Formats: sequence, C-alpha cells, structure tokens
Amino acid sequence: MENKNKKILLKVENASYYINDKALIKEVSLEIKQGEIVTLIGPNGSGKSTTAKIALGIYKKIEGRVRRFTERIGYVPQKVSVDWTLPIRVIDFMSLTEDLKNDQINVALNLTGVDHLKNKSLSNLSGGEFQRVLIARAIAKKPELLVLDEPVQGVDFKGEIALYELIKKISEKLNCGILLISHDLHVVMSATDFVICLNGHVCCSGKPHSVVKDQKYKDLFGDKASNILSLYEHEHDHSHSADGSIDPKK
Amino acid sequence: MLDDFFIRALIAGIGISLVTGPLGCFVVWRRLSFFAGTLAHSALLGVTMALFFEINIAFSVFVISAVLAILLLQLQKKTNLPNDALLGLLAHSSLAVGLVVIGFLTSIRFDVMALLFGDILAVNQNDLLVIWLGGGLILIVLKLIWKPLFASTVNYELSEAEGMKPDKFNAIFTILTAALIAISIKIVGLLLITGMLIIPAATARNVSNNPKQMVIFSVIFGLISVLAGLFTSLKINSASGPSIITATLLLFILSLIKFKKVSDLKK
Repeated sequence: MENKNKKILLKVENASYYINDKALIKEVSLEIKQGEIVTLIGPNGSGKSTTAKIALGIYKKIEGRVRRFTERIGYVPQKVSVDWTLPIRVIDFMSLTEDLKNDQINVALNLTGVDHLKNKSLSNLSGGEFQRVLIARAIAKKPELLVLDEPVQGVDFKGEIALYELIKKISEKLNCGILLISHDLHVVMSATDFVICLNGHVCCSGKPHSVVKDQKYKDLFGDKASNILSLYEHEHDHSHSADGSIDPKK
Repeated sequence: MLDDFFIRALIAGIGISLVTGPLGCFVVWRRLSFFAGTLAHSALLGVTMALFFEINIAFSVFVISAVLAILLLQLQKKTNLPNDALLGLLAHSSLAVGLVVIGFLTSIRFDVMALLFGDILAVNQNDLLVIWLGGGLILIVLKLIWKPLFASTVNYELSEAEGMKPDKFNAIFTILTAALIAISIKIVGLLLITGMLIIPAATARNVSNNPKQMVIFSVIFGLISVLAGLFTSLKINSASGPSIITATLLLFILSLIKFKKVSDLKK
C-alpha cells in the first residue's frame, strides 16, 4: 500500500472562520486521501464540527482555501433536526440525496443493524436508532469521502464498537477517505491513520503514536490520555457484527 | 361549453388545485405559510400596477411578488429583525401601498372585494390559458427540482454537504410560489390563497406517513374543496374563494377524526 499513489480527496489550506470577529478556527490545514482515516480530536468548542463544515462547504465565508476533488460525499452531521411536520420514513430518508436501488438500501441498513426499521417513520426512532440510520444513509451511496461527526453518539456500548469496526471496514472496502470527529480517544488511537488535535487551531498532528507523546496533547487531555495506546492497541482475532455479537474469524 | 362561466370556473379551480397540492406541501414542510401570505398580500399592489400600466394582471402580480421575495432576502441579511417581523412589515406595507394606489385609479371601475376573495364570474378564457399553461409550467419545474428541494427541506446542511446546492433550489421554489399566487388570484382571492396552499396540505399530513402520499392526498383534498366550494358558491351565491376555503376547513376537521382513530389504533 503506497500512500503516494492515492488520490487526494480533500484539501483544506490555512482555513480560518470568524463569527462577529471571533475566530472559531484559525489557520487549520488538513488533507484526506483515498482509504485514509483522519480524525479530529479536541475539547468542546475547539472547532471540530466547524472544521468539518468548512471542509464540506457548508460554511463558505472563510479565509483560506478548501478544495474537494470528489462529489461523492457522505455526511453524518453531529446534530440533525428533522422537522416532524414532514412525514418521512427511513426508506425515504435513505435516498435523500441519491436515488438508490432497494437492495442497496437493504444492504446498508443491514450493515448498521437497523434493516427492520426500513418502513418506520423517522420521528418514531430512538436516538441510537436514528444515528444508525444516518450512518447507513451516508454509506449507502458508496461515497469517496465520508465525513462523520461523532457518528456513534447515543448508540449503546456494544453497538458503538461494532459501528467503529464497520467504519474501518468500509474505508477499506470502498477505499474511501474518512474525516472522523470523535471524543473516544481509544477508538481514535487504534483505528486512525492520522490524528489532528484541535483547540481553535491545530495543536499537534501526526500518526497516533507520535501525537500521544506530544506535550501539547498531554496538556490538552491530561497525562492519562497518553497511556491509551498501550491499553488499546491490540491485535484483533475476531470481529463484531453490527448488533455487537462476536464473529470468531474474519 | 367554455362559454358557461361556471364551467370556466370549474376548469380554472381544478387547474389551481393540481398545483397548490404539491406546492402547499412544501410550504407546510418548510414553515413558509406566513411567507406565502406575504407574497399574496403584495399581489394587491401587483394588480393595481397591472391596471395602471394596462398589462396582464398575472404577469404584474408575479413580478411584484418576485421583487418582494428578493427584498425579503436582502432585509434578512442586512437587519437583525426576526423573520416574522420582516414578513409582517412587507405584507402590510405592500397591502397598504396597493390600497393607496387604488385610490388614485378613480377612472377605472374596480371591484376590491373580488380581488380579496375571488370571483368566479370574472374568469375568462384568457385566464384559463394563464392558469393551465402557468400551472403546468410550475408543476414541470417542481418535478425537475423535486429531489434537491426535498433534500434541502429535510436538512439544509446535509444537502449542502452532499452537493445538492440548496440555496439555488430554495430560490427557484420562491419563484414558483410567486407564480402560483399570480395565476390563482382571480379564483381564490389574495386573502385566501394561503389557505388554499396550507389547509389541504395540513389535512393530508393527518392521514399520510410519507411525502409522496401527502402530496397526492393534498391534491385530492384540494380538488374536492374546489368542486364543493364552487357548487356551493353557485347554489347559495356566496363568494367563490371563501366557499372553497370553507370546504377545505370541513375536510380538515374530518381528517382530525380520522387522525384520532389512527393514533388510537397505534396505542
């Protein structure tokens, strides 16, 4: 796997974003290539979601430059408020931005473990169920770039692990680039290729191994956060299906 | 047969309800009922302009509504006033200016009541042409932009992130709404056109569980209301607009009973 030959999907160069003269993020740069998982970490209000929205072109009045080299993008926002004056079922929501065949919808819902909810109304889903539907929708269109803003919030513990493994699997299978925002340092350090530590600006960045040793990382998350790697870096001899049960061999 | 005023009114009403159904659903989903009302109020100014310059009424109403919509967008960007205040400002000031201008047009015989509440007697063959051609065009455009418009209605950020260009399609939708108001002023009247947009859609919401179903029901309820309203209007000599809207209200009340039954069953 040579990194050099991989297509660049997204490039953010020195992006700053101001609201009322207050900088939400300052001079943030990042790059995502095919098959690569880049993770943004940082405390609350450090500009993670803002960075994602700038990368996606939702916030346009920025300083700096954003270039996207693909139009096949799947997005799982941190917050989705769907207005319930709109009657909409899971199946309608799945093909929101792209026409999908029925079996594509089934496969995606099956992967995130919610195929039984297909004909249910979105308004009747629980938070965790809705989150699984959101992920299914984003991956169903086989995107080249996935942007996941805290994708497993509200999902039960078993499901959380399974969904992160699913995300990892998808990045390999579809060879898509992933921009991941997560508070779960364990996951970040074991599953990502590149970590960017944000606090309004880029504090430090690099491979998980080197970031955890960085003094700025320790300052931001505390000394204990550095031990995460030794605790959680282990070889997987099994995988989890979406409902959390263990499949003995991959 | 087209010589009969009642047949003409029926054809016009059916044409309008075919368009208000789907468009009304979007107005309800996007919470734009006050916005649609504002555009309708400005229609009075559009009509007086048409009389003053002796141009086509539908065209003039359309232009004024479109200008108003652009004005609203600018005001939203440049002031800190809440949306409903801006809408109220535009609605009532354009209505007032329209009424003042009418005062100057003393040379023209003018039925303000017909303008406010609709007048089936006034529908001529030219109007039918405007309604069916205009309405057909609105429906074709709506069909073409359905997917991105629907996506941005469900969630703006998702649709922007995934390349659906929501701003562009929201603007087109605004123009479609202005066009609809322009073609339906004569039948329903400017005070009641918002009702024709919202009430059948609201009724449909009570009995549907997916977007397509809601659109279809909304068209059906609109058609029933137009037919019932116009026949009543003919029988008891009531104004056409209020009769149609009263019919939509009756359907809405019926749907509440059905809605209650459905929710009881769910429990």
